[in-house]
Amino acid sequence: MSFLRSIFMRRETGILVMIVLFCIAVGFVKPQFLTGQSLRIILLLTPLIMIGAMAQMLVLVARHVDLSIGSILGFSAMVVGLMYRDFPEIHWLVGFPVAILTGAALGLGNGLLVTVFRLPSIIVTLGTLSLYRGMTFIISDARQINRSNIPTELKVMSRTSPIFDIPWIILIAFAVALMTYVVARHTRLGRQIYALGSNPVAAPLRGIDVTKVTLIVFALSGALSGLAGILYASRWGFVNPSNTGAGFEFQVIAAVVIGGVSINGGVGTVLGTVLGVLLLGCVAAALPLLGIAGSTQNAIYGAVILIALIIDRSVRQRGVADNSKDIA
Amino acid sequence: MTDTKTPTREMAPARPAWHVILVRPETMTLVLLIAGVIGASILSPFFLDVNYILRSFTLTAEMSIVALVLTMVVISGEIDLSPAANMALSACTFALMQDVGVPLPLAVLIGLGAGLAMGALNAFMSIRMQLPSIIVTIGTLILYRGLAQIIAGDRSIRLPDSFIGINAIMVFGVPLPVVIFVIVALVLGLVLGTTVVGRKIYQIGTNQAAAHHAGIDANRIKIGLFLLLGVVSAAAGIMAASRLGSVRYDLVAGGELQMVLMAMLGGTYIFGGRGTILGTFLAAWLLVIVSTGMTVANLMPAIQLTVLGILLIVAIIATNFIYARTQR
Amino acid sequence: MLNKTFTAVTIAMAITAGGAVAEDIDIVFVGKNTGNPYFDSLTQGFVEACDSIACNFEFVAPATADATSQIPFLEAQIQRGVDVIAISPNSPDALNQVFQSASDKGIIILTVNGDITGNEQYRDATILPTDFTKVGADQIEMVGSLIGYEGEIAILSATTEAPDQNFWIEGMNATIESDPKYANMTLVATVYGDDQPEKSTTEMEALLSNFPDLKGLIAPTTVGIAAAAQVVQSRGIADEVAVTGLGLPSEMREFVKDGTVGGFQLWSPYNEGWLAAHFAVGLKNGSMVNEVGGTFEVPNLGTITINEGNSINTQSALTTFNAENIDDFDF
Repeated sequence: MSFLRSIFMRRETGILVMIVLFCIAVGFVKPQFLTGQSLRIILLLTPLIMIGAMAQMLVLVARHVDLSIGSILGFSAMVVGLMYRDFPEIHWLVGFPVAILTGAALGLGNGLLVTVFRLPSIIVTLGTLSLYRGMTFIISDARQINRSNIPTELKVMSRTSPIFDIPWIILIAFAVALMTYVVARHTRLGRQIYALGSNPVAAPLRGIDVTKVTLIVFALSGALSGLAGILYASRWGFVNPSNTGAGFEFQVIAAVVIGGVSINGGVGTVLGTVLGVLLLGCVAAALPLLGIAGSTQNAIYGAVILIALIIDRSVRQRGVADNSKDIA
Repeated sequence: MTDTKTPTREMAPARPAWHVILVRPETMTLVLLIAGVIGASILSPFFLDVNYILRSFTLTAEMSIVALVLTMVVISGEIDLSPAANMALSACTFALMQDVGVPLPLAVLIGLGAGLAMGALNAFMSIRMQLPSIIVTIGTLILYRGLAQIIAGDRSIRLPDSFIGINAIMVFGVPLPVVIFVIVALVLGLVLGTTVVGRKIYQIGTNQAAAHHAGIDANRIKIGLFLLLGVVSAAAGIMAASRLGSVRYDLVAGGELQMVLMAMLGGTYIFGGRGTILGTFLAAWLLVIVSTGMTVANLMPAIQLTVLGILLIVAIIATNFIYARTQR
Repeated sequence: MLNKTFTAVTIAMAITAGGAVAEDIDIVFVGKNTGNPYFDSLTQGFVEACDSIACNFEFVAPATADATSQIPFLEAQIQRGVDVIAISPNSPDALNQVFQSASDKGIIILTVNGDITGNEQYRDATILPTDFTKVGADQIEMVGSLIGYEGEIAILSATTEAPDQNFWIEGMNATIESDPKYANMTLVATVYGDDQPEKSTTEMEALLSNFPDLKGLIAPTTVGIAAAAQVVQSRGIADEVAVTGLGLPSEMREFVKDGTVGGFQLWSPYNEGWLAAHFAVGLKNGSMVNEVGGTFEVPNLGTITINEGNSINTQSALTTFNAENIDDFDF
């Protein structure tokens, strides 16, 4: 088919069109929605979900699921928060490697359970969701880390920026997306992840070390969740053992599914996922502007997921139809 | 008879009877249950009181009943994460109806109808449209919870006194909800274990393609299971309403995880084909023992979450191990 | 029901008075949820009170603050046979049946920091942080003083059904309509942040977009006021929009010090816990009587009156925090 037609058939175009239409529609009613200020608000809502979505995308492409990302986020944020509170003399930047490594370690834990014991990732991560959350409560003694304990430089990252008035936190999120793109498309690891996801049985025959790739994917997912954890502290200025990261996994899965990543593995693009995150961000920012009660928001999210699924099924080529009901 | 030198399946020695009866996941659940009782008794002198334990069970009896039906859905190779949200929406619908003057019995029927409709939506999208049931039901879980929030707002809807207190009704000293749970478990256990339909469910879960070739209408059975789950969830929601005396949109929030937890702890295989009602039945008791034991010992949620997470991971490792050993 | 309880308590007191050695009273405080810094302070009041008088204190709380999450904890406490249950209820009516079981066993039930509106017959007394009927007026005065008593103001609340916030908001509406001092101020919107930072932030952003002339914001909830202050700080518009409300000094200190927030109000959760513990012990050992119109003494707090509906106010009016006194508090 012609080049133009192939672009239009792509999933990502569909999402982009949805975003544009949605913004125009909202813009009619509330012109303030189409200002630079509004764009800033939307972008500020998304960095954590963006990073989490990159993590989840890789995991889903490998035909797994990670439901513990919210708890990993919370635990890593708490570790960093405790470090800031009890060791204030440490330089604030140290928080970043600490958060990322903590997350990676937890993610590796998930990976080990999946590979060594051959357990389905959905159940393993359901268990670690509870386990890691419980550990967060324990290390924090169920107390929250207050605003005063978080270093100002960290909090300021959500406000100040090096260029174009775009806060650091947004730049970091897009940098992560870019890195994920490079890994997915232009490295051997990326190709292996896609291959593993589309056909796990054939993968070893193609020379892919399934165990190694799986461990790496989960460790990466954990590491990115850890990064999201310290950025949570930056964005909101506090860390709370019950709330930090709670419900994160559902928001991320919603964004990723809308972005066209398949639950059956092997299919998904970074661009699609980024657009999925942006669409949800637009919806989240538009609803209060339109005066729609927060209580309606959840219903809308659910409906959006279902609609995205239906569109996906209707538009996608039947060639990649998946009849197996494997849950990764 | 052919003369073969290569070992065949038929030649493998039959497993001794005791092996078949004892080496199964339900035994693991039973062992954990007994260990739980012993542990909880040691932890607190207030624990070992039959009436107290039964009363505590009533707090989660409704979810346990739904978990039994969910087990059947999982055995058939699907999954449904929306039952808890279904319970809430059906209960809210029922409560609203009777609040505006609809006579109680009719309101109950409407509530059940709502549950049936929700099951139908899940069935339609998962089976007819061949979408992965895990994503569909994550979408519907968010949607149903959101709809409950819309119709009930943030307030609690009171029920008439005549309807309240199902958990206070005693049958030979046992609270009614517990009795209902046992009866439902018996019925479903018999259906699953002894009837033709039950056998078909296992076959569909083990290998849908083969079942198809054997002439089993897998789709019809699965649709039936989703509908059954929908109605039972609604009934459970209305039961919960009677116990609490009022209904809110956040009824049994997070319950979906608990139900899946029960099924997993009972040895149900997430990919379908294996699992028993007995296992889930024992697992429901296990969960009550463990959480009640920790609560009455004044252990903080931190510990409780951690213990539950570890319990789940240990349980699935054991389940997998047992299935691998008994694989023929 | 209150009369019956009163009689029961009197009889119980008589029995214990004439009975054997007086044991320490077992008090448990059931919080809304764990990880909530507000309740750390309240609990501290209980703990230190029980250090000085004869009571054993335990704090328990569920992981989440939904309406029914406290039920298993209450059942457990009844099973443990405590003497007094103090609770910050997550729901006005979901706990009625459990409270009834507790009362039937002679356990004293005190609601702390908030009441079970419409269902007061299920508890013995309520200990409130301050006189709730004055909160609305005090908050309007607070915001008025920050904006020169003229301009548009808005309210960022918690959830749509939060009974305390709604009561205070009613008071705010009544004050602004009836008191001529605020005749030049208009309340343009009331929005709900559900006590979540993300939601509160987006609602605040939406307010600023929808009402570009907004001068003042009242957020009578600690999560809301922190979120609103953060938005104002990040946009650098502290000179145009005054954020105030009910906040915790520990969370708001930074905003006060850098000028984002001129002042805000609250009370002392610690004192609530302190008072509740003394009252509970007093009731149980007979030195205090739970009677409307009666009074009792609490060390450091003076004479406390029991008001209509067995309601007790820890302090009579809100405390205002600003740059001058913000460092004096450690909660």
